[in-house]
Amino acid sequence: MTASLDFKAQTPGSSAEPATDIEIKLRRQRRISSLIRYTILTVFGLVMLYPLIWLIGASFKTNAEIFASPSFWPKDPTLSGYIKGWETSTPYTFARFFWNTFLIITPKVIGTAISCTLVAYGFARFDFPGKRILFVTVIATLLLPNVVTRIPQYLLFREIGWLDSFLPLWVPSAVAGDAFFVFMLIQFLRAIPRDMEEAARVDGANTLQTLIYIVVPMLMPAIISVCLFQFMWTMNDFLGPLIYISSVENYPVSLALKLSIDTTEAFDWNKILAMSVLALAPSLTVFFLAQKYFIEGISTGGVKG
Amino acid sequence: MGGDSKYLGFLYVAPYVAGLLLFTAFPFVASLYLSFTDYDLLTTPKWLGLDNYTKLFTRDRTFNKSLSVTLLYVFLTVPIKLAFALLIAVMLNYRLKAINLFRTAYYVPSILGGSIAIAVLWRYIFAEAGLVNMVIAFFGIEPINWFGDPQNALFTITLLRCWQFGSAMVIFLAALQSVDKTLYEAASIDGANQWHIFRYITLPLITPVIFFNLIMQTVQAFQEFNGPYIITEGGPLKSTYLLPLYIYDKAFKSFDMGYASAIAWILFTIIMVLTLVAFWSSKKWVYYAGDKRS
Repeated sequence: MTASLDFKAQTPGSSAEPATDIEIKLRRQRRISSLIRYTILTVFGLVMLYPLIWLIGASFKTNAEIFASPSFWPKDPTLSGYIKGWETSTPYTFARFFWNTFLIITPKVIGTAISCTLVAYGFARFDFPGKRILFVTVIATLLLPNVVTRIPQYLLFREIGWLDSFLPLWVPSAVAGDAFFVFMLIQFLRAIPRDMEEAARVDGANTLQTLIYIVVPMLMPAIISVCLFQFMWTMNDFLGPLIYISSVENYPVSLALKLSIDTTEAFDWNKILAMSVLALAPSLTVFFLAQKYFIEGISTGGVKG
Repeated sequence: MGGDSKYLGFLYVAPYVAGLLLFTAFPFVASLYLSFTDYDLLTTPKWLGLDNYTKLFTRDRTFNKSLSVTLLYVFLTVPIKLAFALLIAVMLNYRLKAINLFRTAYYVPSILGGSIAIAVLWRYIFAEAGLVNMVIAFFGIEPINWFGDPQNALFTITLLRCWQFGSAMVIFLAALQSVDKTLYEAASIDGANQWHIFRYITLPLITPVIFFNLIMQTVQAFQEFNGPYIITEGGPLKSTYLLPLYIYDKAFKSFDMGYASAIAWILFTIIMVLTLVAFWSSKKWVYYAGDKRS
């Protein structure tokens, strides 16, 4: 049983001398306990993930089959959900909506990465008048519910004529508006020793050069985490586009999906399921390619401090 | 860094300050002002004094319903979600070889959970003839009307959020892994059993993280929108009509910006009071090791 290997570290040197009765009993207990853990974790994990697995299978099923059996495997696999769903009931295909999502995400992620790095560097490496107060506002913004600022923000963007454009979705993030990321980068920066930066300064580099050539390379894993989280959050964002984007030609995937629920006639389920799979695909792909950055990001942002 | 102007650092945080003033501080104050006005976007805001608030608390039945549904939702979701997250984290924190695999698997719903596609999926699997009812039929349970019955609808929405316990779990797990192992050894030499070790060593040491998760999850749960908006549209009989939905309808459907701001401020006040209570009570139950913070 492989589970027993897990406890090698716990009984160092015990293999050299003959095991006593108590040790054997203890080891057996541990083996059983870890078997129970594995079983519970596996069963529970499968129950949790089955809806997602089912979704992928169901997107290839015929409409008649979707509500006929709980199994994952389509009896009569068809691509019709994907083909018909992609077309939509609008003059545009989902290609247009994915392109819009891309147009929203790219500037937003780049703006977030640059602005949050600059601001975190300012907080972590400099002293300036008002720094303490400003840092308190970072924490306060972190806890401030968006719901309370949303209406005046909308009125502001309406006043300057930015409605139905991507600007309201880009600009707040491009000025380090997501306090969570600033906070996370400050935490990472505090953990990086300053020796290299001081050496660079002695050699005549200015602070911006030090940031670009010394700090950013060391901070890269954290910056990547920030980009990935912002990517996911923007992919999932629905309320932002719902408020600011009104014409269908500017719809991102999330709004288009809502539109297809509203406009699809009953009994045409596989179209919506197929498009849901496609809407989840970018996030899932990015997550599996870069999962360690997510786990590190969330552990550091959340625990330290 | 010596020699630099003391305003140099300010230059780096300048974008943040601009954003803070323009997109946070100004809207924050403006929404408080708007909450005392009648503003329909067409004419200038008209000062009403406390009228919006008195109407909300005395004459608005929808608000009453929405407020109680929201509180019920938060007080159901946050404890269940955190309990799950902690339980699974404790089970994973046991020299399991497959720890990374499990951690990833449990984290996936957190990554996707807020999206519209998942809300759509929820609609399908909890439909009358959906996956969940098909599965429970195997065990001889009568199909449950998950969304149609006001008694169940809120619970089904709650499940969606509890399903996303992964991010809280990852934070718990990181904290559990940083607990000094020698403490466990010392305790087990002294004859403590597993439960005692968890109760009197592990749990006190991770209270800072419990506190962090509790606050973040509560603040987020109060703002849930996507789930009920897509899955139940607030119904049936407003049983899932959370306050953010009401604010959205008032602000962006009936363009009653003043009234919507008043609701937003009530929601904000509730969140703030609960957060302050948590911070205040944390002195009593959150354990901070002397040298842990730098």
